[in-house]
Amino acid sequence: MTQLDFQAIAPLVVVATLATLLTVLISLWRHHLTTMVVTLLGFVLALMTLPDVAQLAPHRLGTMLVVDRFAVFVMALVLLSSIVTVLLSYANLKNRPTNPAEFYVLLSTATLGALTLAAATHFAMVLLGLETLSMSLYALIAYPIQGRRPLEAALKYLVLSGVASATLLFGVALLFVESGQLGFAPATWSPSFVPGVFYFLGVALFLGGVAFKLSLAPFHMWTPDVYEGAPAPVAGFLATVAKAALFAVLLRYVITSGVLGNHGVMLALTVFAILSVLVGNLLALLQESLKRVLAYSSIGHFGYVLLGLLVTVPAGTALATETTLVYLAGYVVMSLLAFGVVELVSNDVQADREPAVQDIDGLFWRRPWLATGFALALLSLAGMPLTLGFIAKFYLFSAGVQTSSWPMLWALVIGSAIGAFYYLRLIYAMTRLHDRAAAATPVVAALSLAGTATFVLGVLVLALGLYPTPLINEAQHAAIEEPMGYVSLRSEQKAQRSEQDAQRSEQEETQRSEGAKTQRDDTNVQRSESLASPTLLARRMDNESKTR
Amino acid sequence: MTLLWLITVLLAGGALSWLLGSPLLGSLLFGSSLLGRANTRLPRWIALATLLLAGGMLVEIWHGGPLPGRSWYAEVALPWIPRFGIGLQLGLDGLSLLMVALTVVLGIVAVLASGDEIKHRHGFYHFNVLWMVAGVIGVFTAFDLFLFYFFWEVMLIPAYLLIAVWGAEQRQRAAMQFFVFTQSSGLLMLLSFLVLVYAHHAVTGVVTFNYFALLGTQFAPALAQWAMVGLVIAFLVKLPGVPFHTWLPDAYTQAPTGGSILLAGIMSKTGAYGLLRFVVPMFPEASRTLHWPMMLLGALGVVYGGMLAFAQSDVKRLVAYSSLSHMGFVLLGIFAWNELALQGAVLQMVAHGVSIAALFVIVGVLAQRVGSREVSRMSGVWAAAPKLGAMGLIVLVATLGMPGFGNFVAEFMVLLGTFKVSVAVVVVAGAGLVLAALYALSLMQRAFQGPPGNTVIADIGVAQLTLLLSLIAALVYLGVHPQPVFDLWAPTLSELSARVPGL
Repeated sequence: MTQLDFQAIAPLVVVATLATLLTVLISLWRHHLTTMVVTLLGFVLALMTLPDVAQLAPHRLGTMLVVDRFAVFVMALVLLSSIVTVLLSYANLKNRPTNPAEFYVLLSTATLGALTLAAATHFAMVLLGLETLSMSLYALIAYPIQGRRPLEAALKYLVLSGVASATLLFGVALLFVESGQLGFAPATWSPSFVPGVFYFLGVALFLGGVAFKLSLAPFHMWTPDVYEGAPAPVAGFLATVAKAALFAVLLRYVITSGVLGNHGVMLALTVFAILSVLVGNLLALLQESLKRVLAYSSIGHFGYVLLGLLVTVPAGTALATETTLVYLAGYVVMSLLAFGVVELVSNDVQADREPAVQDIDGLFWRRPWLATGFALALLSLAGMPLTLGFIAKFYLFSAGVQTSSWPMLWALVIGSAIGAFYYLRLIYAMTRLHDRAAAATPVVAALSLAGTATFVLGVLVLALGLYPTPLINEAQHAAIEEPMGYVSLRSEQKAQRSEQDAQRSEQEETQRSEGAKTQRDDTNVQRSESLASPTLLARRMDNESKTR
Repeated sequence: MTLLWLITVLLAGGALSWLLGSPLLGSLLFGSSLLGRANTRLPRWIALATLLLAGGMLVEIWHGGPLPGRSWYAEVALPWIPRFGIGLQLGLDGLSLLMVALTVVLGIVAVLASGDEIKHRHGFYHFNVLWMVAGVIGVFTAFDLFLFYFFWEVMLIPAYLLIAVWGAEQRQRAAMQFFVFTQSSGLLMLLSFLVLVYAHHAVTGVVTFNYFALLGTQFAPALAQWAMVGLVIAFLVKLPGVPFHTWLPDAYTQAPTGGSILLAGIMSKTGAYGLLRFVVPMFPEASRTLHWPMMLLGALGVVYGGMLAFAQSDVKRLVAYSSLSHMGFVLLGIFAWNELALQGAVLQMVAHGVSIAALFVIVGVLAQRVGSREVSRMSGVWAAAPKLGAMGLIVLVATLGMPGFGNFVAEFMVLLGTFKVSVAVVVVAGAGLVLAALYALSLMQRAFQGPPGNTVIADIGVAQLTLLLSLIAALVYLGVHPQPVFDLWAPTLSELSARVPGL
């Protein structure tokens, strides 16, 4: 690895160092505040490396990782969410008898896993990142070990997520059987490759595993229980970091492998998406626990963003990344805000139960700032203007109309109409006049870390809702680097096409394609020396000779 | 820029009255001894001052006359989201000016009328009133489709809160129904706007939400038809037009008086405004095909609203249904497809706004003093409260379309215009006038006349009397000299008829 390589994965290096450092630190000196501050500084440092990393992008590390602008965008989301999680967790951990120090180690390893996923272009990397993330999450969910619910949630997540990981792994194995390689861009770009039944079985199992982790219906059953049982900051982490990272994998895989070209895959994912929209929104109507509402709402939102992905990918990679990233960013910020408020509310609730709708009764009159924050989060999740959620939803609508995807638009309209019901129900509960409201203390504990973080998130939701241009600019530039070989296939197609109207300028055309080919050959040789498997090399040579 | 300031002033005034009215800040500033007074009075004065300031700014714009060489009074164009060609495009032509003036006036009425009824959270109440007024003004002045949708949805939140926090016993249901109806129909509108924008993009290669840029776009007939249907549904829900009116009786009834005034007086006008501003000029051919269905819906609304109003025993519900009936005339006037009827429709928007506000003030006072909205609990109010009775009679008579009041001129012009198109529709809608007399006079008889009830009712004070008299004066002015209204929006009308063939 060169120095440039290290620079490109600086955030990963920083977070990995942080995890190691924390392990050493807590074995020497167990001090909660210090541990928290070190973690925070580590994450902030990792975040600060991102502008420089973006300068390097796109940068490949073999076939394993590619640090492109897309990866940088997702990494920024992941790190921001991790920082917020640290801030939210501090008070939560302080109030518990559990020893808090290891929580931060687990949080940093989980973040490391998520960062890896953001840049992974190779199944081995996906599995590595995924397991790092999941293993840390099992422990994070069960962290308040005295409680019954966190243990139950962790066990549920452990078993089900383990099954999903195994399914995913089996899918990857099948893909390897068919194509002989583990890169994202499989042999599909080689004309000699004929996908067999194992290939599609592999794709199906892989996507099933990913859908489980993204809690898309019908693989969503674990979500509400786990979110409810986990401490609110961890639930927030699960809903944002874990999902954003997995969605990045899905998006990158779908775009680079071109599996959406297959009707079966397209149909299956469409069914997942529409089911998620319906299941998420309909079941959210029936919930009393705030975390369960947010869990189902998160299922619904991933239905929306998957719909966005499905309609935009065939229309163009740039549109797909822009649309889904804006939605993802909006979703992450508003979910963190919502979970932050739930965390602050749950401080008022007795320890033996989770915050429910009754606990926010009259919250507007008791704790106006907190209630305004929650109202903002809910309105944003409902996609009302003034908030970031609207910009995100606007993007989906715009993409749907642009690609004339009417079924998707109907799903969006119906989902949003149902969504308005349950978000509004919570807002109504907060405005209800209650006896408790009259005896309220107007003093707000806004100066706590969690309070400040929530406040900043609220401002962000509002500010980006009113002026989204900075976010849009970033998302527009967050291109996914095309996989190796993909480019050559494109230029070959182009060359073939140009042969048909070669009569116009035969000479020039040949020169150009010759030039392109030699250039391409150079890069290919360079890369295949170090990385490509023998089968791949053979295929590529075969491929080249055919075009000649 | 004055236009932007106008909206900003209202938003800031709302925030100020919330902050100063809140217990924490209020007590810091005024000390706990003054707290009670400051909390109830101060927000109200701030709201009133803000609205008067906004009114002053509007008058100044009006007096300044149109911009040189144009029929526009004011214009703001700033970039906002360049990625989609969205701009902060505000404009004020005659029609907008008329509507904005109505909005500010009714905002003042709403603040004045909600004196005793609002018993808690005064600061937050006035915040919602001012933000709703600001949102509605935004709707009336936005000339960027995105911005229009933005304001359209933004005004929903304060309206929802007005119903949900200060409403009557069934407020949750009413507020929820109102919100879900308008929000989901709003999504259809957004969808139609996007279809429009991308159809424009397909022809020109430019993505823009600018109203003027999109105005002349030629659409494929099928596309235009669907896009227009989406818009029409969204606007009919707000209007409300007959099949989409089911949220109306609950929302108008459950809202506090100030909220009812804003909902019925100005928010319903945004629907009619949308039809006039977007549907007719943007889809001249496609909306022409809706000529008959919409006229029938309008006439149906007039009769259906009148019949249901007659059957109500709840005074506010009665007024709510009467509003449905009168807004039917607006729909009829817009889609009768001639200038006379259009003039009538716009005059009806203004006159109905004023008369419904006066009506809600009266039934609000009545219901509050009697302690119930049930007509059966009221009897002989006139004997106890002669001033209230007199005002009630005048306003009810104005509402039923007595010559001399604005409503008469407006409805007569709509019917006259429709007469050129279809006599049958006029006959049906004319029956609505008879029904109006029935429900209005029966309310008069049942509530104000008859033997005096057991309860002693205080009469209205000078302030309310002045308020009602000014509204009546406005109605009379519109009735005997409606020409200024026509003159004001004549340039808009001529632009409209230049664009729409056969108008």
